[in-house]
Amino acid sequence: MAKEKEQKQPLPPVAEWAPALALSWLVPGGGHLLLKRTGRGLLLMAAITSMFVCGLMMRGAMFQPESGDLLTTLINTGGFIGDVASGILYLLSQMLGYNQPDVAGAVHDYGTKFLVTAGLLNILAMVDAFDIAVRRKD
Amino acid sequence: MPKMTLSHFEASMLFSLFTSVVLGVVTKRNDRDRLHYGIYTFVCFFAALFGLGWLMYFGHG
Repeated sequence: MAKEKEQKQPLPPVAEWAPALALSWLVPGGGHLLLKRTGRGLLLMAAITSMFVCGLMMRGAMFQPESGDLLTTLINTGGFIGDVASGILYLLSQMLGYNQPDVAGAVHDYGTKFLVTAGLLNILAMVDAFDIAVRRKD
Repeated sequence: MPKMTLSHFEASMLFSLFTSVVLGVVTKRNDRDRLHYGIYTFVCFFAALFGLGWLMYFGHG
């Protein structure tokens, strides 16, 4: 019986969830707004955008994919994915020429982590928007 | 863009706040649970921050 409940329902057509997922990546909280979850969308937008802007104001560095030893590749590629996951915030910062070198210092380091974490939190928001769009969640 | 200089404590608090908001919003299924989980996560961050802070203080001797 429990298995019956857990049985996965078929995924709705891509056209039903792809716009919400794409908008969720591009604009943090945008997917929720599109799906008429205004309160949650605004909260996500405020939290993720504030985190990213704080990261910029702390002069955090953006990651670029680098090859080398395994750890370097993992850290830089993972960091790059985290940065890019912020969507328009990342794109705008690159378009406007934000180019902070990775320098020593606690505040810079916090800034770098804020920038990456903003992207990772946006990935959580994207997953949530997807779940709402496919009706796994209200 | 203005530069922001924060202490470790201030930066950690900001980090905890933003992360707790997002975790609260995306994790639970109703608003009451979301609020509770957000507060719970924030308190956990806060406790870990103080716990690790004291641990490092005593570890340094």
